Amino acid sequence: MGIEYFLQQLVNGICLGGMYALMSVGYSLVYSIMNFSNFAHGGVIMVGAYVGYFALTALNVPFLPAFLLCGVGSGLLAVIIERLVYSPLRKRHAPSLYFIISAMGASIFLENFVIATIDGTPRNYPPIFDNRINIGGISLGVDSLLMIVVSAVALLILMFIIQKTKVGLAIRACSYSEKASTLMGINGDLVIFIIFLMGGVLAGFAGMLYGMRFIVKPTIGQVTNKSFVAAVFGGLGSLPGAIVGSVLLGIMEIFVASFNSNLRDLFVYGLLILVLVIKPSGLMGKVVEDKA
Amino acid sequence: MSDITFKHHDPNVMLELWHVTKRFGGLTAVGDVSFKIKKGEIYALIGPNGAGKTTIFNLITGVYALTEGRVIFDGTVIGQGDAIIKDDMRETDVKPFRKQPYDIMSRGMARTFQNIRLFKSETVYNNVLTACHAEADYNIFQSLWRLKVGPKWLTKYYYQEKALREKTEELLKIMGIWEQRDMIAVNLPYGQQRKLEIARALATDPKLLLLDEPAAGMNPEETLALMDLIREIRDRFDLTVLIIEHHMDLVMNVSDRIFVLNFGKPLAEGTPAEIQSNPEVIEAYLGKEDDGDGDA
Amino acid sequence: MFSWYYIEGILIQSCYTLLIVLGLSILTGYTGMFSFGHAGFVCIGAYVSILCTMAFGLPYWLSLIIAGLAAMLLGAGLGKITLNLKGDYFCIATLGVGEAIRLIFNNLQLNINVGGKDFLLDGAKGVASIPLHTTFKSALVIVIIFLTATALLMNSKHGRSMLAVREDELAAQMSGINTFRSKMLAMCMSALYAGIAGGMMAHYFGYLQPKMFLMTKSTEYTIMVIFGGMGSITGSVLGTVLLCALPELLRAVGDWRLVMYGLAVIVIMIVRPKGLMGGKELPVGRICRAIGRVFTKKKKDLPPPDGGSVGEEASV
Repeated sequence: MGIEYFLQQLVNGICLGGMYALMSVGYSLVYSIMNFSNFAHGGVIMVGAYVGYFALTALNVPFLPAFLLCGVGSGLLAVIIERLVYSPLRKRHAPSLYFIISAMGASIFLENFVIATIDGTPRNYPPIFDNRINIGGISLGVDSLLMIVVSAVALLILMFIIQKTKVGLAIRACSYSEKASTLMGINGDLVIFIIFLMGGVLAGFAGMLYGMRFIVKPTIGQVTNKSFVAAVFGGLGSLPGAIVGSVLLGIMEIFVASFNSNLRDLFVYGLLILVLVIKPSGLMGKVVEDKA
Repeated sequence: MSDITFKHHDPNVMLELWHVTKRFGGLTAVGDVSFKIKKGEIYALIGPNGAGKTTIFNLITGVYALTEGRVIFDGTVIGQGDAIIKDDMRETDVKPFRKQPYDIMSRGMARTFQNIRLFKSETVYNNVLTACHAEADYNIFQSLWRLKVGPKWLTKYYYQEKALREKTEELLKIMGIWEQRDMIAVNLPYGQQRKLEIARALATDPKLLLLDEPAAGMNPEETLALMDLIREIRDRFDLTVLIIEHHMDLVMNVSDRIFVLNFGKPLAEGTPAEIQSNPEVIEAYLGKEDDGDGDA
Repeated sequence: MFSWYYIEGILIQSCYTLLIVLGLSILTGYTGMFSFGHAGFVCIGAYVSILCTMAFGLPYWLSLIIAGLAAMLLGAGLGKITLNLKGDYFCIATLGVGEAIRLIFNNLQLNINVGGKDFLLDGAKGVASIPLHTTFKSALVIVIIFLTATALLMNSKHGRSMLAVREDELAAQMSGINTFRSKMLAMCMSALYAGIAGGMMAHYFGYLQPKMFLMTKSTEYTIMVIFGGMGSITGSVLGTVLLCALPELLRAVGDWRLVMYGLAVIVIMIVRPKGLMGGKELPVGRICRAIGRVFTKKKKDLPPPDGGSVGEEASV
């Protein structure tokens, strides 16, 4: 115990938070434009984890191609879900609650599809990076460091796309007002396609990282609800909020777990309720006012 | 919180705005607006788009909180900001408060909306029936007993519900939409949706009726018919009416007094004749209309 | 093919699920507020009721009432702090509360000794050997009572106010409806129903584990409401019975049944978003009368006694 233990836990927390961030930006991106909580995202993450697992075990590819394959697989899946499930609802201007229900349906479908086609047993990833290194007297797993680096790089690329490119400008415009943006000549369908693709790719990465660190099972989707809590904590619809919220949540969760590991989930949901009671718009969320 | 009432309140005044100001951040949507509406009057609020007319409605009905000033409805303060002006003296040590909208409305106010807000997927009949709830005071347990027979405390539902249904029928007949009673509200033609909204407003037994652009989207004949209707319901239900309107013909013909608002500031107040001859008003508002907007 | 024992099981499950869905229908279908934490209320009801029967030896019916009231109390408290949240945030809050309740029971260790009887509650392992009090008859009676009460209540000013909140909250307020009170009433009622159903469920299964109340359960209840049609009681009944029985009847296809379930939800949202009944009610009264007429016709072979026929007879 002491400072070393503290730093080690901090790294673990950042590591977990980075993974949450990869997941929660998917929730936030969709919420910022389509104003609903995409609960099918958990299923997309889970499929990403399975893609990674089979790439490593059945196909025997090295880490990096497997990692990219996860991104491709999940990205495609997210886009397919958008096309088949949300697009018809969007055309009809259905209320956002119908989107949520459909998302739940998609999540039930994905989870059970995996159970039916593969099976429900939890699987372990083959060890990839199991050596540890010493930095300033703290022993850290290479996989933890790798996770932090990978999350940070992926999120930086995402922020770059959102802030500096034309596509990003279109996304930001749509998040202010999709209607006005489409009137200004922005292709709303394309923007939605892109956000689902980006959210899906990051979800695939997150799925693989999750699988490496924990296990792969069809019910990962339920665990990933915590990243949704992180998105709410940071402020639904705000990308920086999702990232900051995720990292903070990851760190707090690890420290609560080191205090009493039974309380970690309870803490997360308790925090969710607290945030909603005190400040529903979260750390950086936009406040929507009702107009008469 | 107990009501603030005035002992020496003029009983002929229905609604009074005292130097009402509303700011959204740095933007002053409504600045220092005062007027008194007498009982039985049809009072019109006019002004170009964005002049703050609907904001005033929202301040009166408690949708927004006042920044400054006071709103007095039939002798009771229903909202005040953190400063009020009294006898030209500015008092800043005032406790701001706002009553809940439902509370304000159930004191005898009703309103319609610029962009019609009906209970869309319900029938025309149920729209009005839902709004006449105030006279029935049966509780959830009493609503389980549907029979006419039984002790008096138990048969409340039967008799009260019967009264509500009779009233609904009467209102729908007055507004001329009784034939459409089983239609889903959103399927009604536009003009009839406006009428349904007025019927729903009347269902709450108001003393003061706020109409937000009731003739918007209506053709000239419908507008004329609406004018008669507004006068008729005023007389029939002993109402005071505050109306926001863009149709100049409607405003000039139907209203007793007019208040002109420009960029959130009061511009003029007076009878239709006075307003029509007021040079400032003509410049700010009517002048533009006369240039051939087609709207006048 | 199916034994009565098996069918009775499905029927009992349908009954208490119907009670939950009925409550949720008040909250979601009539008042327009989505709850993804309803399993939490069921959970509270289940635990409170077994505490009553097993630890304190109270009769079954009393334990159900206490379970319902406990859940209602929780619902009222939750309502007080969350009912003013807008749109999605309310359903996120219920999601959080539902999960939190489950996790609390997941960590709860209780060992009570009342009057020489031991009551052991062991976190995630749950509770076993609960007395099996729930029979099909009692479940059916309870459900019919609540079904009737709900139908009557929804057809009163209280029910209409709830519908007004769902349709347009601001317009409802502007009609002088205390929307907070309407939402609170809906919240309390649906929690009450869920609590009672939780008690019935616990005394049917005979064991209880927190993992029986996962968020997916809450989702399933909501899906049943949507499937039947928002704002329709007969729709809720149809939705529940179909969706409860369907997976059981499809047990032959094994794991694929939940795949189809998920698929069905998506297809319904796309093809028939208003649910089976689309907000309308099955004309129960008319059907009953029609059936009645068929029977009287067979017995007496006379035309139904309406005004016209009487007049004709008089003239003859």
